Amino acid sequence: MSYLKLLKCRQCGRTYQAEPIAACEDCWAPLEVVYDYDRIRAEVPRKQVESRLPTMWRYKELLPVTGEPAVGRSTGFTPLVAAPHLAKALGAREVYLKNDAVNFPTLSFKDRVVAVALSKAREFGFDTVGCSSTGNLANAVAAQGAAGGFKSFIFVPADLEPEKLVNTQIYGATLVKVSGNYDQVNRLCSEISQKYPWGMVNVNLRTYYSEGSKTFGYEVAEQLGWRVPQNIVVPMAGGSLITKIHKAFGELQKLGWIEPAATKFYGAQATGCSPIVTAVKNKTCEIVPQKPSTIVKSLSIGNPADGFYASKMIQETGGAGEDVSDAEVVEGIRLLAETEGFFAETAGGVTVAVARKLIRNGLLNPNESMVLAITGNGLKTIGAVSGEIQSDEAIRPKLAAFEDRYLNIHATASA
Amino acid sequence: MQITVRIPPPLRKYTQGAESVETTAQNLSELIDGLDQKYPGFKKVLCSEDGKLQRFLNIYVNDEDIRFLGGLEYSFKDGDEILLIPAIAGGVSLEATESASPGCR
Repeated sequence: MSYLKLLKCRQCGRTYQAEPIAACEDCWAPLEVVYDYDRIRAEVPRKQVESRLPTMWRYKELLPVTGEPAVGRSTGFTPLVAAPHLAKALGAREVYLKNDAVNFPTLSFKDRVVAVALSKAREFGFDTVGCSSTGNLANAVAAQGAAGGFKSFIFVPADLEPEKLVNTQIYGATLVKVSGNYDQVNRLCSEISQKYPWGMVNVNLRTYYSEGSKTFGYEVAEQLGWRVPQNIVVPMAGGSLITKIHKAFGELQKLGWIEPAATKFYGAQATGCSPIVTAVKNKTCEIVPQKPSTIVKSLSIGNPADGFYASKMIQETGGAGEDVSDAEVVEGIRLLAETEGFFAETAGGVTVAVARKLIRNGLLNPNESMVLAITGNGLKTIGAVSGEIQSDEAIRPKLAAFEDRYLNIHATASA
Repeated sequence: MQITVRIPPPLRKYTQGAESVETTAQNLSELIDGLDQKYPGFKKVLCSEDGKLQRFLNIYVNDEDIRFLGGLEYSFKDGDEILLIPAIAGGVSLEATESASPGCR
């Protein structure tokens, strides 16, 4: 049974039936899924959610899918772990990492949104699906598209990391490399989705797709013992995830599943592509588009579709936006790996480095609890750090050779 | 001088189904006013009540976002192709074929 009531324009409030439509016909603004919260509150106790399998679908009443999901049944419920060593390095008291680097099946938070989008694509009767992507979404659509028996067209900027290209093609998806940046790829996809009757997950299915991101927020709250953190630091590309985590926390409070409490939201970007952070720093919501130039390709969206709402929400919650250089991103990746044993992709490096910078600048209170959103896996962006890793010459398979090289114990010449 | 404006599906109800329109407008303001004269109601969907371009509508000149070219200041060149693309594009509502929508509330 679905508790989805209707779709509503975020700007002008015009309502729509639940169709494959993402933008308001009057003012072009994104549409938002509205649920029947009164019925959910009356019919779904929190205990029922707790009794279900540990996947993102335990919150199915708060997702726009009717019936059972077509794909991604095992997606979500990734670990939330306390990070005392990282906390010490940051000078913070209580730090948690929400680790979607081990999300199933393709090791990023995008598995969540795609599980919802493709389940919805099946409901709408699409047999072909696709997306424009900076990499992680490409992987998720290709993998879950294969599992769901869809034909898929994946559009990416041609200069993507080779790991992300292989991780798309291996599933048999048609990978379309476009000479241009993500924003140009996205524009092409918009034109394609206006012409062909396909389910483009972040275009005409975007309204549903983005709802999948809320499960990241539900899980954080449940894993903290049904409470929200005082602060959360989230990497931003299009700006959707951070706004959906905010929506998720709000919904849990509306349902009475958690006590009302405020969370400050902090948005993280790379300096080479920081249109949302720039808006937040300038205390505006209007986004000035940028041409991305950073190693953080997964966040390289110069014209973020949800930038307006992300910057607005960050400011309203009393949070902040911050950006870091590519060198700081690499430091962030290493710091996380060396303190907590997580290998995050470049976006994770952005999150860690931004948290460090915010604490140093006095914008993030180190005495309050904070969750850092780790959204993708380092194995997908190895090139970003491989130059940093020192590779020694091989030694001979001799004890003495090992001791000589690594323990500084030098054998004396035997008589 | 002539430029071509490509009309996205949601706006074709204003252009009697035409997918593209030729104009001699010199810049964006002229373009919008000209289209509104030819197709009454067009301006209302491109601009908000204060006359500013809708926040979620992107305008491209050939392959470039017009904001990188100077926005309203940009002077069109002969042969330019103008694209109107919603920031969050796509989707055909089942209501889309009905009469012109009532405007933002």
